[in-house]
Amino acid sequence: MTVVEETPGAPTPIPVEIGGVRGGPPLAKVLRRDRWWVQPGLTALGLLGFIGYSIWAALRNGDFYAGNMGRDYLSPLYSPCLTHSCSTAGYVWGGWSWWKISPAWLILVFPGAFRTTCYYYRKAYYRSFWFSPPACAVPDAGSAASPGGRALRKRYSGETRFPLVLQNVHRFTWYVAVIFAGILTWDAISAFRFPNGIGLGVGTLIFVANAVFIWAYTLGCHACRHLCGGGLKRFSQHRFRYSLWKNLLTPLNEHHQLFAWCSLFSIIVSDLYVWLVASGTIHDPRIF
Amino acid sequence: MAKLEEMERHELDVLVIGAGGAGLRAAIEAGATGARTAVVCKSLLGKAHTVMAEGGVAAAFGNVWPEDNWQVHFRDTMRGGKMLNNWRMAQLHAQEAPERVLELEEWGALFDRTEDGRILQRDFGGHRYARLAHIGDRTGLELLRTVQQRSVALGVEVFMECKVIRLLQAPDGSVNGALGLWRESGKFVVFAAKSVILASGGVGKTWKFTSNSWESTGDGHALALWAGADMIDMECVQFHPTGMVWPPSARGLLVTEGVRGDGGVLRNAEGERFMFRYIPDFYAKETADTIEEADQWYDNKRDFRRPPELLPRDEVARSINSEVKAGRGSPHGGVFLDIASRRSPEVIKRRLPSMYHQFKELADVDITAEPMEIGPTCHYIMGGVRVEADSTQSTVPGLFAAGEVAGGMHGSNRLGGNSLSDLLVFGKRAGAYAAERALSMPGPVELDATQVEEACDAALAPFAREGENPYAVHQDLQETMQSLVGIIRTESELLEAWSLLGTLEKRAASVSVEGHRQFNPGWHLALDLESMLAVARCTTASALERKESRGGHTRDDYPLPDPDHFGKVNMVNRLVDGEVQVHEEPLPQMPDELRGLFEEAH
Amino acid sequence: MERSEQQVDAAAPAPGTATALGTSEATGTGAAAGTMAGAVPAVAGATGDDAASERTVTMRVWRGDDEGGGLVDYTLPALEGEVVLDVIHRIQAETAPDLAVRWNCKAGKCGSCSAEINGRPRLLCMTRMSALPQDEPITVSPMRGFPVMRDLVTDVSYNFAVARTVPAFTPGPREADGTRRMFQKDVERSQEFRKCIECFLCQNVCHVIRDHEENKTRFAGPRFFARLAELEMHPLDVLDRRRYISEQMGIGMCNITKCCTEVCPEGIHITDNAIIPLKERVVDVRYDPVLWLGRKLFGRREPLASSAVASKVRSESGAVVPDSVSPAEPLSGGTFVPQNRSGEPAGRED
Repeated sequence: MTVVEETPGAPTPIPVEIGGVRGGPPLAKVLRRDRWWVQPGLTALGLLGFIGYSIWAALRNGDFYAGNMGRDYLSPLYSPCLTHSCSTAGYVWGGWSWWKISPAWLILVFPGAFRTTCYYYRKAYYRSFWFSPPACAVPDAGSAASPGGRALRKRYSGETRFPLVLQNVHRFTWYVAVIFAGILTWDAISAFRFPNGIGLGVGTLIFVANAVFIWAYTLGCHACRHLCGGGLKRFSQHRFRYSLWKNLLTPLNEHHQLFAWCSLFSIIVSDLYVWLVASGTIHDPRIF
Repeated sequence: MAKLEEMERHELDVLVIGAGGAGLRAAIEAGATGARTAVVCKSLLGKAHTVMAEGGVAAAFGNVWPEDNWQVHFRDTMRGGKMLNNWRMAQLHAQEAPERVLELEEWGALFDRTEDGRILQRDFGGHRYARLAHIGDRTGLELLRTVQQRSVALGVEVFMECKVIRLLQAPDGSVNGALGLWRESGKFVVFAAKSVILASGGVGKTWKFTSNSWESTGDGHALALWAGADMIDMECVQFHPTGMVWPPSARGLLVTEGVRGDGGVLRNAEGERFMFRYIPDFYAKETADTIEEADQWYDNKRDFRRPPELLPRDEVARSINSEVKAGRGSPHGGVFLDIASRRSPEVIKRRLPSMYHQFKELADVDITAEPMEIGPTCHYIMGGVRVEADSTQSTVPGLFAAGEVAGGMHGSNRLGGNSLSDLLVFGKRAGAYAAERALSMPGPVELDATQVEEACDAALAPFAREGENPYAVHQDLQETMQSLVGIIRTESELLEAWSLLGTLEKRAASVSVEGHRQFNPGWHLALDLESMLAVARCTTASALERKESRGGHTRDDYPLPDPDHFGKVNMVNRLVDGEVQVHEEPLPQMPDELRGLFEEAH
Repeated sequence: MERSEQQVDAAAPAPGTATALGTSEATGTGAAAGTMAGAVPAVAGATGDDAASERTVTMRVWRGDDEGGGLVDYTLPALEGEVVLDVIHRIQAETAPDLAVRWNCKAGKCGSCSAEINGRPRLLCMTRMSALPQDEPITVSPMRGFPVMRDLVTDVSYNFAVARTVPAFTPGPREADGTRRMFQKDVERSQEFRKCIECFLCQNVCHVIRDHEENKTRFAGPRFFARLAELEMHPLDVLDRRRYISEQMGIGMCNITKCCTEVCPEGIHITDNAIIPLKERVVDVRYDPVLWLGRKLFGRREPLASSAVASKVRSESGAVVPDSVSPAEPLSGGTFVPQNRSGEPAGRED
């Protein structure tokens, strides 16, 4: 993927006066009385937790398919099934026996790119890890006004330069994410397949929930909202796209943050559950 | 001692005082003629009181009711104003309003739409047909933003946070400039201008409970009066029937008439829909007299008559006042406005979003679940600078007035929605005629240094003397006007107010302010006090003389209209030897073809 | 950006006066000192024994100007149903008549009384006292993202200067019957942004300019992204501002941390509904090779160059963007010069 044009010609400065003396206590003094650090703290914990878990799960490189236990459960971190033939599933994606390291790495990179460039996650990690800013009306760690008065970064250029300008590829990662959402949907359907016909286990419910959350997150994507309807000027001339935008994508988009976390947890829970079942630690109860 | 030659000075063709809807509309028009135009305003650009207008802008497009046309609008306006209106202004207003509103659309305004993509119109008190173009309940904001953005695009010059303290006059009495005061630095500034347009808005801060912002101190009224202009109908002050009464800090804040237009009803403490008991004969033919009929109107406006809650504002305000006086008021001295029991929460939130938030945030009341407590609040002054209808020029050459500061258009009572259309129609006219006058005058403007320097010295006097806090005087003025020259008036109280005003004037003349000239609100208030006192004088004097009840002027001792005498005259205020005088003058005569509209109507 | 915070000892406050805090004292102007006479008893951090019978509230208000200043405590009786602005007004009326504060409508409709209450950007008139912890002083400071004029009043002329660089509404031709037709679903999106009351709290809180003064010359700020989104989504508007938004208005600087949305008193979803849709529109014209190829292959019109938009703005409005204005130069070109201090143009002299 190429960025068509990275740096524009030097823009004309907006004719405003800069400088002047700010009023109030110094910016570095945070006047907020609430526990503003809780939110970025929790976000950081959540994201680090997921990263930690997925590294562990990827390194595990085993027990990601519960076929041995008579269940067609394939961990979302290893789906599609590339290097093995997850044969009881009745479908075989791969058979790349030449691939020696964990196939999860191959898979994680695509949804990973989608989530890394996601507008919600960008907010989350710019706040929690970049401290830019950690919370509203709290100084940006990259500014001279930051606590201690020392800037961590020389200047702030937002997402205008390499590498952050690459965030603009978000829509291409979304195209891939839609494919992955389809794969996980197939996995959820497969989870209904039991050795003696159609059945429903606890794992099936988890897989269905995971697929629902993944779709809710994927369809609530801002790029998707723009591409499917938001980019139009006159909705009245595009009935279907307006309806899609108004009745499905926008409501999902309003809860993008919620689904971002739900789908993150549902991935972990799905993988964990498959591991527990495949490794024989627990038995998957069959509901019918 | 300030010296004219040392002061900051701007040479202009047209100076517009006030950056509300009327002022900016005037500036757009004047600027377009090539006249050097500037706007001066007390606040920042875009903060003017126009943003408070909620319901809509009245214009007879006939988008919702094809039967509507300018004649009907004209008739509604005149009837609402109890025939005291300047007929020519009402006619121009009704004729030109649709064009002015469509013009806003060309500048980017986004009104709510009908099914077929035209401007949607809503019902409002006193309007026979659904006529108010609107955007939810923030029409004033939309209108102001539109003219603001238009004037920015056209490059109109705006002097922000500057209060005009005196108009400057040539030896022949014509206005040729103004003296201003930068609020931030406390320094004076002189504007030499061939025409001056007053668009300074209202006077609400003279009363205690008002929907008006601090800016509405009657500056324009006072400037005109001091310059020798005539004022008319100053006794006609509109008390909006539905202002918040609780909490105390929000008292007076407006509750839009749209609540009633969308189904809200008024109840007293006993739960009675009392408005049915207050339908005047004048409106009996078009007002429902049973609850059943009134309730059907909301869905079928063609076959049923309007609920009495939608009578003109003066009628509703008086009725509420009577209920409270009779001891049937709500706990905090108002009555209940109930929409919660009549519309679903979703409908209320969609139709009246800012009302929902206003009550939620300020009073912690959920209007989708419980009724609002409301009572009359000082809202608008119908009276103002007497202007020539077509050109908006006052009786002083070179001085124009548009919007709330101008009198005559609304007679004794203004219909909701007519103020926004008023300021567009007459703002444009003021701009055009002021520019025309300015461009026809050759040569530079010569200012009289003595006028300027005397006014500067007077303005600085509060720093030099020892006296009381201007806030105390302001509070007492508001108390006086609220209790003695409020919604219901009697001779004895008005006389008492008249003498109290004398005392207040003396106190105001001796207030002192602390601190220095830089952004000093105490000082600004001391200066505003003079304007408010001038307005109070005019209103009290005219109210004493108009011995009848009519529209925004209700006399307890003369409870009925007097069509034979007072119904035919304007009260005119003028400054004579520094004293506010009042006299009667006959109303302008309406031509027969317009008079005919009132006969065929009912 | 420069901040001058002078640390000077407090003039020993007499008992029964408002007390300036020791951390950063009013200096130079005597702004705080001038207000002390007749103040209600107040001691920083404690409301005093004599107040025990009556519930009181302590407001810690920043007093001062561009030469310095500090927080001053005012203790008043607590009244029912008040908002912060009411309390400020009582301080004005009783203790400090020269306490400068901007306000107009007191109903959350004009957006004048923006300030920071306990460090959070809020409207003074829409913050109920009962919603704040009253057992400790309530800090009220001016918006700290803009230069101070005096006390709680800040110089917001930056915003008015940016407003002039927004390419104005440009309607296309009328319908065949001479009317303008728009449908409710066409106007709803832009209507959300037109709710904006221009309180500039979003501009104040946005760290891109709050913490990096130098960015003010190349970043329009959330308020104006909402305005630009309104224009881009306006069903009648035909001007293509996408490259201009990217290259001149600096939308790429925004890192969507959503503080603008968080502080918006009108509840406008600035980030989700304005900024991100604009960023996506910018991707359409600048970062999407597929769309680029599509335009080339199918001969679609290329996005309007930002220089063309800028020149259009100039020629039609007579305002805006002289070609080379150094940011330090006071703004004198153009005819629309908002002025708010003794005749100096909107820009500030250093």
